[in-house]
Amino acid sequence: MNYTLDFTPVIEGLPNLLLACLGTFLLALCGMVLAVVIGIGGVLLRDSRFKAGRWLVIAFVELIRNTPFLVQIFFIYFALPLAGIRLDPTPTAILALGINGGAYAIEIIRGGVQSISKGQMEAGLALGLHKAQVFRFIILKPALRAIFPSLTSQFVLLTLSTSIASAISAYELTSVSQRIESESFRSFEVYFTVTLFYLVISWLMMRIFAFFSARYFNYPVK
Amino acid sequence: MGPDEYLFLMAGLKWTVVLAAIGFVCGGLAGLGVALARTSGLRWLETVTAGYIGVFQGTPLLMQLFVVYYGLALIGLRLDAWIAVSIGLTLHASAYLGEIWRGSIEAVPKGQTEAAKALSLNYRSRMRDVVLPQAFRISLPATIGFLVQLIKGTSLAAIVGFTELTRAGNMISNQIFQPLLVFGIVGILYFLMCCPLTLLGAHLERKFARAAR
Repeated sequence: MNYTLDFTPVIEGLPNLLLACLGTFLLALCGMVLAVVIGIGGVLLRDSRFKAGRWLVIAFVELIRNTPFLVQIFFIYFALPLAGIRLDPTPTAILALGINGGAYAIEIIRGGVQSISKGQMEAGLALGLHKAQVFRFIILKPALRAIFPSLTSQFVLLTLSTSIASAISAYELTSVSQRIESESFRSFEVYFTVTLFYLVISWLMMRIFAFFSARYFNYPVK
Repeated sequence: MGPDEYLFLMAGLKWTVVLAAIGFVCGGLAGLGVALARTSGLRWLETVTAGYIGVFQGTPLLMQLFVVYYGLALIGLRLDAWIAVSIGLTLHASAYLGEIWRGSIEAVPKGQTEAAKALSLNYRSRMRDVVLPQAFRISLPATIGFLVQLIKGTSLAAIVGFTELTRAGNMISNQIFQPLLVFGIVGILYFLMCCPLTLLGAHLERKFARAAR
């Protein structure tokens, strides 16, 4: 064993790597927003009166949850052009992250909605609130509070899975590190450093979610 | 897609199953050690294992595979790709299963440990005969859930350059230019492996929830 660690390529690539961290962060953020939108829409459709819609949501959730994200991202990447939609790798990755995260979000949000007792909704309607208001204030907010911990860990997982978007060369940390690695052949040094970066990113994500939790859901329940 | 392509996919599928099995079994054994260390009551040991779990849960599996793959080469071990990937998956699984089982061990009512202590059972017997069997039952749905995650995770071996199911699909799709067909079939194969497990996990969860009532 006569290998000496050489972090020079990492240090030289540091500005690019830090910028790529931001890319990962934005990718994850956009993916989360899309996931929540799909999640709420999915729950509304899942519990609606349209039987076909219900089955569609169930099939969607099971299909996504039981196949690897890598296969999904490849499928979407190749399917979009055939459907006549031209997207760059990064928006494609956001779409894939949103679809993947959305399937999990549907299950999580649905669990939260079911935790609200029916009497609450009836009380809201009896008080003369509009249906949309009941949904927003009486169902959504308390439900969000109930599911916030599991949503947080799901979103940290989503953040980590952005690294898989490197397979379609979206702009994020892993693909940038792969470029530096292929130019310098300092594989271990590059990937070790980038792993530390991911550790910081996921820690930051958790701090941000903890902040929101303390800010918006810190009211007494009983 | 001719018969040759299907055979190639099946060869890839075999490796996916092998990787998942190795990761689950070896990771399970190591994970048991992690869970026991995490609940040992020794402050320094608990801190170390908490850090171990935190690192693996806070970084992407892909990076873990890269670091293990190149790290092993660095210390002079020239290993086949499948061994390196297996080691990476084992470490990954040991952290996740360790954390799942820690929760299950702690979910066993304290009275059980106290009763075992009152009966002057030693640590070994207390764990083996009293706590772990109950913790095992509690952990079953989450453990199966992680197995599904692990099967899906083996697909990342494709990025490291090992030909399992996903990479086999990628190679075929590059040859016959029908990516949707190929990845559709690959997806269905994963689905057929994972869906029964997911259903089993959900079934057990409901069953245990009913029994707990």
